[in-house]
Amino acid sequence: MPDALLATRELDAFYGDFQALFGVEIAIEPGEVIAIIGANGAGKTTLMRSITGLLNNSPEMVTYRGHEIGSLRADLIARRGIAMVPEGRQLFQSLSVEENLIIGGQMGRKGPWTLERIFELFPVLKERRAVPATALSGGQQQMVAIGRALMSNPDLLLFDEISLGLAPIIIKSIYDALPNIIGDGMSTIIVEQDIAKALSVATRVYCMQEGRISLEGRSDALSREQISAAYFGV
Amino acid sequence: MDWINAIIQGILLGGLYALFAAGLSLIFGVMRLVNIAHGDFIVLAAFLALSTTTLLGINPLMALVIIVPVMAGIGYVLQRSVLNQTLGDDILPPLLVTFGLSIIIQNALLEIYSADPQKMNAGPIETASIAVPGGLNIGVLPLLMFVVAVAVIAGLQWIFYRSALGRAFRAVSDKQDIAQLIGLNKAHVFGLAMALSLAVVGIAGVFLGIRTSFDPSIGPGRLIFGFEAVIIGGLGNLWGTLIGGIILGVSQNIGAQINPGWQLLAGHIAFLIVLAVKPRGLFPRID
Amino acid sequence: MSSSSYTISRSSRASRLAAIFGILLLVALAAAPWWAGRADMRLLSEIFLYLSLACLWNLLAGYAGLVSVGQQAFVGFGGYMLFALAMFAGLSPLAAIPLAGLLGALIAVPVAVLIFRLRGAYFAIGTWVIAEVFRLSFAQVSALGGGSGTSLPVGIVKAMASNRSMREATTYWLALGMAVLVLVVIYLLLRSRNGLALTAIRDSELASTNYGIDIWRHKFVVYVIAAGLTASTGALIFLQKLRISPDAAFSVNDWTAFVIFIVVIGGIGTLEGPIIGVIVFFLLRETLADLGTTYLLILGLVAIVVMLKAPKGIWGLIKARYGIELFPLSRRVVDRDLEN
Ligand SMILES: Nc1ncnc2c1ncn2[C@@H]1O[C@H](COP(=O)(O)OP(=O)(O)OP(=O)(O)O)[C@@H](O)[C@H]1O
Ligand SMILES: [Mg+2]
Repeated sequence: MPDALLATRELDAFYGDFQALFGVEIAIEPGEVIAIIGANGAGKTTLMRSITGLLNNSPEMVTYRGHEIGSLRADLIARRGIAMVPEGRQLFQSLSVEENLIIGGQMGRKGPWTLERIFELFPVLKERRAVPATALSGGQQQMVAIGRALMSNPDLLLFDEISLGLAPIIIKSIYDALPNIIGDGMSTIIVEQDIAKALSVATRVYCMQEGRISLEGRSDALSREQISAAYFGV
Repeated sequence: MDWINAIIQGILLGGLYALFAAGLSLIFGVMRLVNIAHGDFIVLAAFLALSTTTLLGINPLMALVIIVPVMAGIGYVLQRSVLNQTLGDDILPPLLVTFGLSIIIQNALLEIYSADPQKMNAGPIETASIAVPGGLNIGVLPLLMFVVAVAVIAGLQWIFYRSALGRAFRAVSDKQDIAQLIGLNKAHVFGLAMALSLAVVGIAGVFLGIRTSFDPSIGPGRLIFGFEAVIIGGLGNLWGTLIGGIILGVSQNIGAQINPGWQLLAGHIAFLIVLAVKPRGLFPRID
Repeated sequence: MSSSSYTISRSSRASRLAAIFGILLLVALAAAPWWAGRADMRLLSEIFLYLSLACLWNLLAGYAGLVSVGQQAFVGFGGYMLFALAMFAGLSPLAAIPLAGLLGALIAVPVAVLIFRLRGAYFAIGTWVIAEVFRLSFAQVSALGGGSGTSLPVGIVKAMASNRSMREATTYWLALGMAVLVLVVIYLLLRSRNGLALTAIRDSELASTNYGIDIWRHKFVVYVIAAGLTASTGALIFLQKLRISPDAAFSVNDWTAFVIFIVVIGGIGTLEGPIIGVIVFFLLRETLADLGTTYLLILGLVAIVVMLKAPKGIWGLIKARYGIELFPLSRRVVDRDLEN
């Protein structure tokens, strides 16, 4: 895919001697929303860590806007406009809610997202702006994590299991807010275990199994049977 | 009267000890690094100030303008080139590398400046004093140093809790990986933390060199005073560190008042008592 | 090939060769008074005593995760106890050495209770404070010469042995015996359940901030044993010097910096490391000591480079390359058919 915003090519990833990814190839076009689904331990987070530079690979394994970024340091990749809402929220516990958001924007990248707009999107955060981030409920913390990533005005935003550990009603409200977030043409990769949720927002889906891409296709073209076969193995 | 005087002098001395401690506390807070060579850097700063004053013929207090940025630069380069490589889960590498640095600095100073004690002269301000009610005299210079120490602590407190740099310090200290994800280069942030630490060391070193005589071997002793002030005050609490320094200074002066040989011993014993009774220090940070 | 032909073994051909070589070396060293000159024996004694200090520091830092920069507290304490017991209690130095060790272990108990409240690097500086307290306290004892120190009275020295060469042979054997004792104690300790627990702790929570009571106890036992043996070694060191002063007894350079250098160069966390390190250290010292402060500068630099580039030291490099182990500590599965 020559006009892809981001692509991985024969991506292998390792934790020490343990190989977690095997020749993974995904691509995302500008403005596209894709989903990556897979069971626990399939390698979804590992793929996200490889893209964001938290795991180092060979340079050519990840390309972004035509540049090889596979071995770039994470902070330099962030500066190029890739942000992530990490699995488990991972807020800075010594920083207040507001500080967590502000520091998300510390690179000074220009764009639509400001502290004010985050507070419009999640009004509850404005009320609780001065409390330590870890004093919030799980759902509110997830809002901070999303806000922190948005504050960098990314061109590509990765969500790693934003519904993990949250009550269904909270998940629903976050997914309801999602169109507002990705509405402005931001490219988005959504990692989910909840297949239905993933299919509802993404135009294309990759399914992972044991470190490999087991299925890929348009959300509306894939059948339930295909997906569960790719998800659970046969 | 002697006793009250000893206590007042002890309080003022405590400001200097708080300066020894502040830099130590700062880098521990940001990167869990304890710099065993911290005291030797204080002495290095004193010697650099000595050379600067003799070379340029300026007052040692003026030398601060040169020494502080120079020390900050040394700190940044040292962190980026050596100390960052030692950080990780294992506490041994940073400990042993800074221990090696301590030996290198001591012997390099010995080589260059010899073991003779040195002292800097700050001019008439050294003998100036203010008479306070009760027939006591408080030296202007010790008072000035105390005020500067309080200002430095307040400044560090502001940086740490109110500025963008402080936010970066705290974020990297909390979660290094995630801090990288929002575009913070941790190697650079750690470099800045060490620069700030050694900038404070620069002030401490110049003050030390004006207040007392110094020689290349006294670094470890200053490290220990700073460390004791940190532990007495409570880890991670800068204002606590100031109080820790004051308790240490007062204990030493009271000890010296009883018997000159007991000055240092009294300080150590005050530290050990706090460690026995309140192992987390008098004002531990609640987190 | 039945499964019974596999055994769990700790020894290997290298370790058995090393054992045989070790015994031969020990016999030769024990006979040194008959073949070595006076200066050589002094040097060898010093090597043995440094070996003993290095092994003990390595036990603490490399196995128990207790990085101390204050072991000079126990070296000096042992030295002073030797002098005090000999001068005031009329004990023969030979009897005073083990007693000094016992007292060193005893005083280590309250010290440990206190400084075990500090973690990691702060623990290290805490040990230094203790050493300073010891130094300043002994400087206050005028019966032991106060700040300027004292010499062992000639009568006590003379009573040790009938003539000078006999006396020198005795202190030599004591130093050799001390090094062997320390090696044996550490080897047995590490093979015991306590040692296995220690290795597990070291590997999993060197950086941990809080440890449970079991771990505390393991570390406590190791600390007290190391303190006792360090104090005995200190007693021997000052029996050889015949003179003691607070600055010499509690010198951080002599009894901790050099010792750390030895262990780091040789390889921390291995039994072989300190042995290699002590040889390298004395080779360097004998060739470079004339340089004075430059020599110390070089030591500091070498230690930093080794720590950064080869954190497992010389022995780590050898082990990684040839996979040998002289002191069989790790268990290996051995195929008996192949071994025979
Ligand atoms: N830090 C690590 N060290 C070693 N192995 C790891 C590490 N992190 C993940 N793994 C392994 O890599 C594989 C992929 O893990 P990964 O976290 O990418 O899965 P995932 O798809 O994100 O799972 P989940 O849905 O549970 O988050 C797993 O087998 C996991 O055990
Ligand atoms: Mg995951």
